[in-house]
Amino acid sequence: MPISRPEQDLPGPYVWRVVGCQGLQGVETLMKMVKSVVLAGLLAFAPVLGHSALAQDNAVAAPAATAAATPADSAAAGNAAEAANATDAAPAAATVAAPPRMKPTLGIGMPKPGEYTLQEQFTSTGRQARWLHDIMLLPIIVIISVFVLLLMLWVMFRYRQSANPVPSKTAHNTTIEVLWTVLPVVILLAIAVPSIGLLADQYKPAPKDALTVKVTGYQWYWGYEYPDAGIPEFVSNILSPEKALANGEPNLLAVDNRLVLPAGRPIKLIITGSDVIHSFAVPSLWVKMDAVPGRLNEKSFTIDKPGVYYGQCSELCGARHGFMPIAIEALPPAEFDQWVLSQGGKLAGATAAPAGASGPQQGSVLPGPPEGAPAAAPAAAPAKI
Amino acid sequence: MTTVTATPDDFSGSHAHHDDHADHKPAFFARWFMSTNHKDIGTLYLIFAIIAGIIGGAISGLMRAELAQPGVQYLQGWASMMSGDQATLDQAYHLWNVLITAHGLIMVFFMVMPAMIGGFGNWFVPIMIGAPDMAFPRMNNISFWLLVPAFLLLLGSTFVPGGTGNGAGTGWTVYAPLSTSGSAGPAVDLAILSLHIAGASSILGAINFITTIFNMRAPGMTLHKMPLFVWSVLVTAFLLLLALPVLAAAITMLLTDRNFGTTFYDAAGGGDPELYQHLFWFFGHPEVYIMILPGFGIVSQIVSTFSRKPVFGYLGMAYAMVAIGAVGFVVWAHHMFTTGMSVNVKMYFTAATMVIAVPTGIKIFSWIATMWGGSMSFKTPMVWSLGFIFMFTVGGVTGVVLANGGVDDVMHDTYYVVAHFHYVLSLGAVFGLFAGFYYWFPKMSGKMYNEVLGQLHFWVFFIGVNVLFFPMHFLGLSGMPRRYPDYPEAFAYWNKIASHGYEIMVVGMGFFFVNLIWSLAAGKKAGDNPWGEGATTLEWTLSSPPPFHQFETVPTID
Repeated sequence: MPISRPEQDLPGPYVWRVVGCQGLQGVETLMKMVKSVVLAGLLAFAPVLGHSALAQDNAVAAPAATAAATPADSAAAGNAAEAANATDAAPAAATVAAPPRMKPTLGIGMPKPGEYTLQEQFTSTGRQARWLHDIMLLPIIVIISVFVLLLMLWVMFRYRQSANPVPSKTAHNTTIEVLWTVLPVVILLAIAVPSIGLLADQYKPAPKDALTVKVTGYQWYWGYEYPDAGIPEFVSNILSPEKALANGEPNLLAVDNRLVLPAGRPIKLIITGSDVIHSFAVPSLWVKMDAVPGRLNEKSFTIDKPGVYYGQCSELCGARHGFMPIAIEALPPAEFDQWVLSQGGKLAGATAAPAGASGPQQGSVLPGPPEGAPAAAPAAAPAKI
Repeated sequence: MTTVTATPDDFSGSHAHHDDHADHKPAFFARWFMSTNHKDIGTLYLIFAIIAGIIGGAISGLMRAELAQPGVQYLQGWASMMSGDQATLDQAYHLWNVLITAHGLIMVFFMVMPAMIGGFGNWFVPIMIGAPDMAFPRMNNISFWLLVPAFLLLLGSTFVPGGTGNGAGTGWTVYAPLSTSGSAGPAVDLAILSLHIAGASSILGAINFITTIFNMRAPGMTLHKMPLFVWSVLVTAFLLLLALPVLAAAITMLLTDRNFGTTFYDAAGGGDPELYQHLFWFFGHPEVYIMILPGFGIVSQIVSTFSRKPVFGYLGMAYAMVAIGAVGFVVWAHHMFTTGMSVNVKMYFTAATMVIAVPTGIKIFSWIATMWGGSMSFKTPMVWSLGFIFMFTVGGVTGVVLANGGVDDVMHDTYYVVAHFHYVLSLGAVFGLFAGFYYWFPKMSGKMYNEVLGQLHFWVFFIGVNVLFFPMHFLGLSGMPRRYPDYPEAFAYWNKIASHGYEIMVVGMGFFFVNLIWSLAAGKKAGDNPWGEGATTLEWTLSSPPPFHQFETVPTID
């Protein structure tokens, strides 16, 4: 297995991976080839594009998007109208501009400095689980620990040699022995009931209309594919510290192409690994599922609110295990639809959109969000000291 | 007895120098390299464990140095030092994985296990049951000497290629396919062979203990009169005997997957990476009880001794350990809650795991009840035992949190887990080891340790490890994943504090080593029983140190 040097992650192998990792056949293969050729061409300009996008932020986007570019966290209905207009006006999906890259809210969907609690939760099972921990488990374990500590301190004080020179010879007491066997059983049963209930809720199958996204773990980046929407796989690499800083994102959590999901709609992730086991984890959504080669794991949830939610690979996967973060951008539904169209995808239930039909166009939008420049990211990541 | 080949004459009662037989020691080489004496082999195990502990502890120092602040400060320099030329960043990151792997394997297989079972088990199980030696003295010797090449193989693996850089960077769990297709080069093969040999060593030791305890008890020493330390080693030996062969099978299949084209753990060939995890944890979970059960036994002896009171609820204590051992075999998949198992399996393993809290609670409360009404003195072994009881409780209750499959989803593979298992091992098993070491040091060496240094060791170490590991709970709750050489700025605060905790802990260990050397060189002479009337087990009836061969006349227990 060749050592992946920074320079090897530049366009060549990157394109190869997009084509090579999927075991494609026939037309699809051809399409991907065409796409990757276009992509390779684009990548040559990527640094320029990426730079200008960074420098001018929203301004560089297409006119339609500029009009729609309201602050990210105000999920205005106006946005939806804009998006709809854009869809109508646009002759082809590819001319729909992606919504502006959302800015993360400090302390939301990411760890806070000096934090000593679980992260704030943005899914219903997440809130339920956090309740179980914060309201039930944590008080119980603190009480038990303090109880044991107090007993020990009392015993050490009361039965120290100087206070109690003659030890008793008591070595049995059936009542108390039964008591300290039965009482823990009762406590554990009290914990088990909501705990089993939580598990049942976490495993509720996703509704039929849930958006399916295939998540693939690679050494050392993530791939996201939207089979329902017809958006082919794109990869998500860590951003360099400089870029993360420029974006106003936390270092080691920021990525170039985020996993874009709709807020408020049920989501079904199909998670797998390509080479070794990875683990797809987003603490603020209470999601952690291993990405195992040869297995398709499923995780469904609904994100309450639009926002950016960060996570990190959580199963040791080799050298850059710590450098393949996850960033989810949850958009208001209308903006998500706009994003789908901008990627050349088709909306659920819609027959429109030439999605998938035009290879080059798809290829042209593959780099995704404006700051994209995926080619620069892998090289930049190892360059950090 | 300078001859090392046994003749029937050696075993007959009509030995030529019958009078001084009990203290007739072989010459240096024969005594220490070809030993068949359980006390000498126990001493060798303890020396081995101390050396391994220094190496494993130094590795954790490297890790805490790197983690003291965000960014990668030292790894690249260390990787360059080890490989001889400028290391790439990837090689530096690989070195990180090598460090976490080595720390885990060394502490588990070459520090805690040899010290607990090989060291104290060898030294005191035969004495406590009134036996002259172990049942298979030569097998005892090979058990120890297999550990040495096993350790050398593991250390050697860090100097040969293991994928992205030198050494095995798979984690102590050696999960496939990272350990198969993900780690080219001989490093992982060497690590696997090391585990094979260490495992064989432990299996032989387990057979030896089971045979000894079942067959060589003095007249009157019924199973229900055995000291709890002997009970703990008996249960541990059964766990070893049943769990280690499964590990051997699992890692043998790793070897053939790596080298001979089999696909046990490769889905592309009909295998399954999850199979490895099931096999590994079928061994791995009993393994954690293997590490802690002898600690339970040691603490029971010490609490009873320094409260001058018999152990409260003796039978409950003994069978709680049996229950922990038995239930410990049917909870393994709680280590795999995020692998995508079905909801029913997850519910079962949640419930089964919580059951373990019951016998563990019985033990905690029985220790407190033993002290209740006692006449307690707070010598060094006792303060370590008290520390053990409380810290193990803290580690135990976080285990109850983690047992909940639905809650574990967010804590799995985070620092919360790291905090949990260091509370039960680094503050549990290791506290048990120090408690036992101070308790039996006068018996083993014939010298008293220095009480002031012992107390200093405890308090500084106690503060250090708590400052080191408690913040890890917060890091885990906040979402910091395990096995990361670098982390987002938000995790910096608690990581810095944890690294300071390591510094405090190291100072505490300084007191230990000073105490060890000073006491061996200039310690006061210890009497047969320095602990007074509370110490009722058989080792305190012998001289300190005991004669080379004890119980020439078999004692009778009434």
